[in-house]
Amino acid sequence: MIVDFLAAVVQLVLVALGAPLLIGLVRTLKARLVGRRGPSPWQPYADLRKLLGKERVVSTTTSWIFSVTPIVLAATMLVSALIVPLVISRPALGFAGNVIVLMYLFLVATFFLALAGLDAGSAFGGMGASREVAVAALAEPTIVLAVFALAMRAGTINLGGVVERVSADPWLALAPGHLLAFAAFFIVMLAETGRLPVDNPATHLELTMIHEAMVLEYSGPDLALIEWAAAMKLFLFMSLLANLFFPWGVPTHTTITTLAAGAIVLGAKLAALAGLLAVMETAVAKLRLFRVPELLAGSFALALLSVTSMFLLR
Amino acid sequence: MSAITYVLAAIVGLAAGVTGVMGMLGVGLTCRLPALLPLGGVTLVLDPLAGVFLAMIGVAAVPASLYALGDTRHTRRGRTAYLLFVGAMAVVPVAGNALTFLLAWELMSLASYVLVVHDRESREAVRAAWVYAVMTHAGVACLMVGLLLLGTWAGSFEMTAWRAAAPSLLPWPRNLVWTLLALGFAVKAGVIPLHVWLPLAHPAAPSHVSALMSGVMIKLGVYGLIRVSLDWLGEGPPWWGTAILLAGAVSALVGVLSAIVDRDLKRVLAFSSIENMGIILIGLGAGVLYQAAGLPALAVLGLTAALYHAVNHTAFKTLLFLGAGAVVHATGTRDMESFGGLIKRMPWTAACFLSGAVAAAALPPLNGFVSEWLTFQALLQNLLIERPAVNLVFALGIAALALTGGLAVACFVRAFGISFLAVPRSDAAARAHETEAPPRLAMAVLAVACLALGLGATAVVPMLAGVGADVVGVVGALALGDALVLDVSGNFASLSMPVIAIALALVGVGVVGGLAVTGRGRVRSYETWGCGRMLQTSRMEYTATAFANPFKRVFGFFYRPVPQIDIAAHPASRLFVQRIEYANPTRSLFDDWLYRPLLTGVNRGVRVVRVVQSGSANLYLAYILVALLVLLVLA
Repeated sequence: MIVDFLAAVVQLVLVALGAPLLIGLVRTLKARLVGRRGPSPWQPYADLRKLLGKERVVSTTTSWIFSVTPIVLAATMLVSALIVPLVISRPALGFAGNVIVLMYLFLVATFFLALAGLDAGSAFGGMGASREVAVAALAEPTIVLAVFALAMRAGTINLGGVVERVSADPWLALAPGHLLAFAAFFIVMLAETGRLPVDNPATHLELTMIHEAMVLEYSGPDLALIEWAAAMKLFLFMSLLANLFFPWGVPTHTTITTLAAGAIVLGAKLAALAGLLAVMETAVAKLRLFRVPELLAGSFALALLSVTSMFLLR
Repeated sequence: MSAITYVLAAIVGLAAGVTGVMGMLGVGLTCRLPALLPLGGVTLVLDPLAGVFLAMIGVAAVPASLYALGDTRHTRRGRTAYLLFVGAMAVVPVAGNALTFLLAWELMSLASYVLVVHDRESREAVRAAWVYAVMTHAGVACLMVGLLLLGTWAGSFEMTAWRAAAPSLLPWPRNLVWTLLALGFAVKAGVIPLHVWLPLAHPAAPSHVSALMSGVMIKLGVYGLIRVSLDWLGEGPPWWGTAILLAGAVSALVGVLSAIVDRDLKRVLAFSSIENMGIILIGLGAGVLYQAAGLPALAVLGLTAALYHAVNHTAFKTLLFLGAGAVVHATGTRDMESFGGLIKRMPWTAACFLSGAVAAAALPPLNGFVSEWLTFQALLQNLLIERPAVNLVFALGIAALALTGGLAVACFVRAFGISFLAVPRSDAAARAHETEAPPRLAMAVLAVACLALGLGATAVVPMLAGVGADVVGVVGALALGDALVLDVSGNFASLSMPVIAIALALVGVGVVGGLAVTGRGRVRSYETWGCGRMLQTSRMEYTATAFANPFKRVFGFFYRPVPQIDIAAHPASRLFVQRIEYANPTRSLFDDWLYRPLLTGVNRGVRVVRVVQSGSANLYLAYILVALLVLLVLA
């Protein structure tokens, strides 16, 4: 009982405190890949601290939606941190929701962020909101089909069940249907977390941005919460990729040693994925907004292929 | 005077709701009045399935009548029709024989026709009512032929006798009857491509009537589809389920895509109803397919998901239509481009509309999410049917449902964000005021219902599963987890909405507390950043049309927009632009490719027939004589 509670605390703390480091790591790696020294991986913590100490500037046109949104964002991500199997296959709230709940929790965050984008009444906010919901909507079918491909093998759609099934049969992770689903999910992860080639997290050039346009009106602690939530979303998505598709080393029972081992394995997998993400982002250019649907349609085709291969090869 | 009628309607609704819940819990009632009418008289039968739909009438009719009490300006006309409408809808699900059913069905359609045309001065309303009348009567014709054929072949017009007689029918009569009845019910349910009346009629009717039409009347089409696919005709071939599932997938997608681009708030809601009917039919189609494949437990799951989404849709769509009604009442227009900033002028309506929007976008923790989740779980288990072609149908259904979910979020961000947030876009919106107390109470009740239906899923779902088991004919209750966790199909998937809601609330409080400790809490009010311009006006806001533009481009093959730009320049130089007009209307696939060719064909046929229509009464009498003689000879 105490160990289970400890596991929940470890997951929360890992996501809450690890997320900025992951962002920092990707930034540092990207800088090194293009031959710059770049900031230290710990820089995002300093940014967040600075933002927390500043005053909030709130537009007079906004309503309570604008003030509530950063809290909703942080809350949905922290609750998701208790559902995703990070250091243990059956986390504290694993029973309360499966991957579909998780995707819809992320959609709650998108919904409120888009509303907040419209709330200030500037053209940028609306533009960002409209683009963000378009990308989120087009990513949804791929996610569910990729997960369906996994669920078919595992006989359950509860995340813990999927992790344990693939853990029990490690070579399953390299089956073609599985790898296709992984590729599809990876592309969707790029779209959902606002990475290249869908959105450029480093830009503040108005015409190209999606996520940054929506949060343009935010400042101070509110902005800190939003940046933090965005980092947690990336952390959770990458952990899902790591632990759902390659659940090697995720402990299935909880003791203090397995928790520590689980955390170390997760750290190693995330570092590898961060490297992959940095290489990807260095190698590709941002797509024009209206070419993004083609990319997402491609990922959908991959997911559909993955599902069909499972129908035919059972 | 008008108050009495609406109080009466609320009482009828309440009685229907109470009876419905009793029926769901297993109270069976039969009432026969053979002397009342020829051809078998009136029979009323209350069974669990009828109970669900009666309960829906209660959920919608009580708040809608309450709303009508407060909004007297729009509700003085059409009181009797409204009362008849509520009464007829309450009779449809409990009708026990063909005649009672057809009479109640027709009365419901006629009463709603009168309500749609209530604004006789409006050309738009008259046209909407005309289209509605034509479509609904085409549907009634299908139903009448189907029910009479079924009654004749089964040897009885009592519905209870049909199920017993169905297995003895040959496949072709069963398929014929199913097709006719399914078409008739699909018209009422607004299934694509038979939906054309719905986006016209719902906005034209007064808001409390739109709420009932969307909340209950179109559900009765689903009621009929459930009866004909799982009850009256017994177990059907797999193509019935496939047809329902694909029709549902198409309706869901087309509905939400049409909703995203429309500027008329009430029409957005009407299209969203088509979308939700699609989601319900996806669940139902899955249930029928599982039943045909000999998997009754999953058939019950699919049917339960469909029923649950139907109940939830009743709650949140009634709420949204009442909210839209309040907005239309306050601003005098239905055009979203003229709203804006209403959250400050109508805080109650805005909060209620937002909860309806969250539910309609299927977001946790409200009810729309839980039933969509359940539909997903029903679809995801299709691997138990070992036929790749059927599996592929399911996979497409899953993808369509997921895309619909994402697009619904976009649709309701736009509907709420453009209408209620930012700066008023017109003087009418700037002068808007909150509605009276009864409409506010009606909306608040429905918002609470949306929350309760979501958090109380562990109580509602087993009850609906009992109804589903009764329809499918499974004995024994399905295991669906305990009071806290909904557990589907023995650990296939689990969900606990209360736990997630409490966790969200606790973590949210924690974040606020954390901010209070670390942040310094200084706040400065300032104007929105406008790229350095000095003046921030409503002209600079993002519009509803602009918001929909990415979708118009991505789904261009569906919308087929026709951009038109018209620039009037000063005579001295084309560089001095005096006026720019830009429009980018979409074109309806169904009007262009289905209805226009059909109507052209009908017109051509009518011109041929016109030869016999001379206008002479003598000639008509001769026709009657000839017809009589021919019939006598034939007999």
